[in-house]
Amino acid sequence: MSNVLTENKKNSVSLSTEPIVKYLDVKKSFGDTHVLKGINLEIRPGEKIAVIGPSGSGKTTIIRMLMTLEEPTSGDIIVNGKNLWKMEKNGQLVKANEKHIREVRGDIGMVFQHFNLFPHMTILENCMAAPIHVKKENKDEVRERSIKMLERVGLGTKLDFYPSQLSGGQKQRVAMARALVMRPKIMLFDEVTSALDPELVGEVLEVIRDIAENDDMAMVLVTHEMEFALDIADKVLFLDQGVIAEQGTANEVLVDSKNERVQSFLKRFRKA
Amino acid sequence: MGDNFRWETFFDALPIVLQGLGVTVGLTFACFGFALLFGFVWIFFRRIPNKLIVSIVTWVMEFIRSTPPLVQLFFVYYALPVVPVIGVTLEPFTCAILAIGIHYSTYIGEIYRSGIESVDKGQWEASIALNFSTMDKWRRIILPQAIPPTIPMLGNYFIIMFKEVPLASIIGVTGILAMANSYGALNFAYLEPLTIVGIIFLLLSYPSSILIKKLEVKMNTRFDKNVLLEKAKKKSIPDMNLKESDRIV
Repeated sequence: MSNVLTENKKNSVSLSTEPIVKYLDVKKSFGDTHVLKGINLEIRPGEKIAVIGPSGSGKTTIIRMLMTLEEPTSGDIIVNGKNLWKMEKNGQLVKANEKHIREVRGDIGMVFQHFNLFPHMTILENCMAAPIHVKKENKDEVRERSIKMLERVGLGTKLDFYPSQLSGGQKQRVAMARALVMRPKIMLFDEVTSALDPELVGEVLEVIRDIAENDDMAMVLVTHEMEFALDIADKVLFLDQGVIAEQGTANEVLVDSKNERVQSFLKRFRKA
Repeated sequence: MGDNFRWETFFDALPIVLQGLGVTVGLTFACFGFALLFGFVWIFFRRIPNKLIVSIVTWVMEFIRSTPPLVQLFFVYYALPVVPVIGVTLEPFTCAILAIGIHYSTYIGEIYRSGIESVDKGQWEASIALNFSTMDKWRRIILPQAIPPTIPMLGNYFIIMFKEVPLASIIGVTGILAMANSYGALNFAYLEPLTIVGIIFLLLSYPSSILIKKLEVKMNTRFDKNVLLEKAKKKSIPDMNLKESDRIV
């Protein structure tokens, strides 16, 4: 771990770039439980962010709100300069409708902990469905692109397989190919290796590393694979009790941090 | 009623009773088709995010289910024509489709609901993450997963409705029961024609229920790895490099 931490980031993103995503004091409660207590966060194009922190700290909720799977209790997220959860109507900001939300979230893709592949489609159909039906792209072009993408994640020989015929690691690689075929500008990874058998984690991480190194999209990884995330991340967020308790480069957060919570989290993490 | 069972009467009545078979089977399909479509109407209204509408719809469904189909049939045939504003007089066949169809659509709506609820939450989330429209989400992701597992249950309702359709004879729909009944009245012989009716129902219902059981097995193993393996073998797809070792025991 140490050599990873001390190595300087090669491709860190210039801070002068306009952020593609901005969280504006976003809060989220479920009933009386305040999961997020005011998140302010900027994501720049191409930036790789790792979100770490104890379970229940609201890590997953942060990216689920950006994917519009959860609605913030207050605050809003700006994507490409547009409000995500609110829209302008007669000069006033009102609750966004389906059409507005679909328009704004079009550049965002997500990979889930439990893959969520469509079981009634082959893996090739899984990849092709959204570009064809959502983006109305040419079918032959999409097929070609999907096959290339499945080859890239090492599943080029299984195009006609159904998800039930694949291992967990293979399923997760299909899920990534499916998200990539949509050419998102921001990819969200929600604990994508947590549901996998330990021996299958490596193959999934390799694909993520490949994406991080070769694609220019922004990535937000909620993860417990500390070492890995730190290796590829430009920025690390440490989340605790609903707030971003610490943020910065891997070094700043994990080596130099004087934050007590970070220290005790890392201590527990190292023990485990 | 006449003497004991006589085969001459049986064969005399057979062609006459069979004349009603087309109507009985046709009415069953019509009622079932109507119920399948109307079942979606219930689901649609129950999913509107408005508590008042949902509770009204739930109450109406409960009311329809708690009232005998025969009463509803009588209502549609005798009472509906005199209802102010919406009152219309309908053909007996149409009345039967409406009454029996709507009655069973409430059950079929429940079946759809159970199917929709059985679709994993992750499937809805994946549809959102891939930015599907509401229409495409239902058409391409949710319903193709929700409906197939319910097909055996729907099939059972088809058989139940087939057996319920003779109710319509009471408002003058000339299915096999009505034909048997009128044969009996004309010839003072009920035993043979009604026996025929019983046999016809048995001959059609029993094979159907076997078919439905087979369908059930097929639906439950749709995405079973071993079944897919067998299929691939039969088609001998060259690139399906599933090995014997992949087989789940």
